[in-house]
Amino acid sequence: MTTIDRLVGAGVDRIDGPAKVRGTAPYAFEQDPGEPIAHLAVVQSTVNRGRISRLDATRAEAMPGVLAVLTPASAPRLAEGLSSDLPVLQSLDVHYQGQVVAAVVAETSEIAAAAIGAVVVEYAAEEPDVVLSTDRADLYAPEQLMAGFDTDSVIGDVDGALAAAAVTIDATYETPTQHNNPIEMHTSMARWDGDSLTMWDANQGPHNIVNDLAKGFGLDRGQVRIISPYVGGAFGSKAFPHPNQMLAAMAARVVGRTVVFELTRPQMFTLVGHRTPTIQRVRLGADADGRLTAISHEVVEHTSKISEFAEQTATPTRVLYAAENRRTTHRLARLDVPPPTIMRAPGETPGMFALESAMDELASALGIDPVELRIRNEPTEDPERHVPWSSRHLVECLRTGAERFGWAGRDLRPRMRTEGRWLIGTGVASATYPTRRRKAQCRISVDGRGGTAPVRYLVEIDGSDIGTGAWTALSQIAADALGVAMDAVELHIGDSRLPRAGGAGGSTGLASWGSAIVLTARDLRRRLDDEFGGQVPADGVTVDGGIEGEGPHAKTHSMHAFGAHFVEVRVDADSGEVRVPRATSVYDAGTVVNAKTGRSQFIGGFSMGVSMALHEETLTDPRLGHYVNHDLAEYHVATNADIGELDISWLDHPDELANELGLKGIGEIGITGAAAAVANAYWHATGLRVRDLPITPDKYFRELGLT
Amino acid sequence: MREFRYEQPPDVAGAVALVAGAPDGAFLGGGTNLVDLMKLGVATPDLLVDVRELTSREITDLPDGGVRIGAGVPNADLAADRRVRERFSVLAQALLAGASGQLRNRATTGGNLLQRTRCGYFTDVTKPCNKRLPGSGCGALEGVHRNHAILGQTLDGPGTCVATHPSDMAVAMLALDAVVRVLGPDGERAVPLAELHRLPGEDPSRDTTLRHGELITAIDLPPLGFPSRYRKARDRASFAFALVSVAAALRVEDGVVREARLALGGVAHTPWRALTAERALVGGPATEDAFAAAAAEELEAATPLRDNGFKVPLARNLVVRTLADLTEGSR
Repeated sequence: MTTIDRLVGAGVDRIDGPAKVRGTAPYAFEQDPGEPIAHLAVVQSTVNRGRISRLDATRAEAMPGVLAVLTPASAPRLAEGLSSDLPVLQSLDVHYQGQVVAAVVAETSEIAAAAIGAVVVEYAAEEPDVVLSTDRADLYAPEQLMAGFDTDSVIGDVDGALAAAAVTIDATYETPTQHNNPIEMHTSMARWDGDSLTMWDANQGPHNIVNDLAKGFGLDRGQVRIISPYVGGAFGSKAFPHPNQMLAAMAARVVGRTVVFELTRPQMFTLVGHRTPTIQRVRLGADADGRLTAISHEVVEHTSKISEFAEQTATPTRVLYAAENRRTTHRLARLDVPPPTIMRAPGETPGMFALESAMDELASALGIDPVELRIRNEPTEDPERHVPWSSRHLVECLRTGAERFGWAGRDLRPRMRTEGRWLIGTGVASATYPTRRRKAQCRISVDGRGGTAPVRYLVEIDGSDIGTGAWTALSQIAADALGVAMDAVELHIGDSRLPRAGGAGGSTGLASWGSAIVLTARDLRRRLDDEFGGQVPADGVTVDGGIEGEGPHAKTHSMHAFGAHFVEVRVDADSGEVRVPRATSVYDAGTVVNAKTGRSQFIGGFSMGVSMALHEETLTDPRLGHYVNHDLAEYHVATNADIGELDISWLDHPDELANELGLKGIGEIGITGAAAAVANAYWHATGLRVRDLPITPDKYFRELGLT
Repeated sequence: MREFRYEQPPDVAGAVALVAGAPDGAFLGGGTNLVDLMKLGVATPDLLVDVRELTSREITDLPDGGVRIGAGVPNADLAADRRVRERFSVLAQALLAGASGQLRNRATTGGNLLQRTRCGYFTDVTKPCNKRLPGSGCGALEGVHRNHAILGQTLDGPGTCVATHPSDMAVAMLALDAVVRVLGPDGERAVPLAELHRLPGEDPSRDTTLRHGELITAIDLPPLGFPSRYRKARDRASFAFALVSVAAALRVEDGVVREARLALGGVAHTPWRALTAERALVGGPATEDAFAAAAAEELEAATPLRDNGFKVPLARNLVVRTLADLTEGSR
């Protein structure tokens, strides 16, 4: 075999780029099922809780072009055992506002949209219960948190240590409901052939969609095929099935032809989950030198009446800093809201806002530089599991970032710098996110082509590219592992017929799929060497391989990515408007497989953190129970104009214990801590500590006592 | 979405006749607001008469030094026009502070004036709104209203409405004493912009004083002759409606304000002409204290809601800063 330079680490252009730019990469809505497509539109409940008292679809059914109207009375029965909001149209009960209560299938999307207006629905409704607070009597401790984390952790005597501490901070931070809004709305196109279902679908892992469809329609898993080669962005809402997949499959079965269901933008705010709001009380105790003696992080958040999604908000507090006495707790309220779900770094994103804001408040109270405060509390081992780190370079991130940003000589005092009407400040926060991997299977075939044509390697794995660059990164990994050039690799991902793998989520994609590819490639090379003298036999070779899940060091070591953000904030003294002209982020993320798409991931994560700090908030009407701002004109996401100069870099420290590639995963680390860095800089600029996100201009006047 | 007919008559007179004869008919300009509202079921016209190619897309000089802006002029073209940038910079700045490049390319001058409120209760047909469905109540009064009106609302009764007008352009034009030229079934008339938009009063369903079938054909701007400026505060740097905006023009001589024009956006059901502040300013010193006093006098009438009280100090600050910047610039 030829020896070539290592591709892993290089900034290789996206191999799917040309097709995407030309519009020839088919997203779910653009797939050709080979027959005319019918369109689905849904009627959604206008109350949060109650029961449908009347539902009349007669007029809609009579409209020309309408193929069927599905209601709880007429929709096919799904098998028992589906959870959350997946048993669509199976009951007259309403559990949240926006729940699908009827669906119209029609020849065109326009007819379907017109017909839903002709369906009459009345409800026997009860008052909505949608307001989260810390004094609710019904707060409860879930059995465990998302991703299997313990609900609480208690070590030592936190209250005693707080009472004895030289300096304490006791502050409550709030983050609002937020919604995933990838550019591509969730889309599902279903086609039945007998009892076999094919679905072209926008998701984060085709295999994750199979089970519930198989269960609901009483099929074997092999009778369900999910195809998702290209996905137009995803931050968690596309990780698991939602009503859209069930509805498309149901409707296609009823009308006997392919049906597509593309959510509208407003439906993104009700049908595919959200990030829970949080109320977090953080208490820190430290000695006069700033060494933490106690950390307490108590979280109150919500879930829905029909599902339990317990966001692991305080889990970063279990790993970030040393302290002998520690406590983290999570309590939930079950509200009349749609089921919450994953949104980029669930847990770390809201949790790090609270912890890293509190650290800034502590630094200020102590008169210690906030970078130095973090360095003083660097733990030598995982402070709760008491195992060594697989690798941890947070201090180097902080020091490198401080150098690149120009942190030295910073005045600790707030509201000391102005330029015209701008109040200027700088802030810092750490970043952390767990390094994990999941079970993944892989198949690599090599075709000898009779010994004449160039050797080609077919790499098959049900990985998923949600816009991250996985198509390219996995091709780089495969080429290196096989010792060939990238154009000798033909990668197949995004299809549940391919060898099973977990989805793109939890920053586990490349760690899992990449490791599976590396091990399978090694196996193939070994076989070629051992059995065929290093030559590809004329009729080729196929090898199946993969990984079973976590690596051998996961139990004995604590594995996390780290990072540090440095941010400059400018606040208009007249209006309270906030700008972020520049930021530096340095990451300890192990191997970065593709320097170009990796950088984009870091930029995207950090920008989403700025967006969280300054803009994103879904507003709930407490009396009417609905999400009031349900489109992108009113649910504000940072625009290009809101993101300044970003200086992104990473340390060159592969984590040899984490996985075959030494990578830590980069999809989520960028957003963690970012909002705190902005809020801390805002405080440094203004002297105002806004503890409830987002930091909108009204809060400037509130904190000044002018409202 | 209701099914509708689409017509493209040969001239404006034909367009007016078509809409006048159709009680549920509507004119279509750029469609950047109306089509959204149709998709949401908020607007349900059964006839759309497309006037985008019928109304003038020209900006012409008037003999007195003013300009006439055809109703079909795209917002982007208006903002880029040299005469507008030089003589009416407040207008160019307001246009560029609004929407996005794509929307400004599409949106027309006439249509911009007739944008409907972005109140979340107005745009959601499942929720109460006296503007959309008279008598159904005002969802915003006790609901989500951080970006609602602080002046001129109707705070009780069947007309309750706390919505704001979303246009930036209209605020600048109001400060410029614009006159709207209207063609209706009974002929042409000229409406001062200050009389085009109306406060909710007893009937928030009516945004303007236009009668059904009347079409805006042009907007006249009289000459200004002194510096002007637009300042908009918003939740993000681009593509957000105003929290508060200020359109101002100031003629200062020897440290004394000789002429003042001041209008506020984001504070009321209409673009809000700050006549009280203008009267307070004229003849007084061009100082920040005087500006603050004038702003305070104007805002005495404010009746903020539970969550939008910040608009009062915000409006005051923006007025002071904008007038101070104008004074600085004229030195």
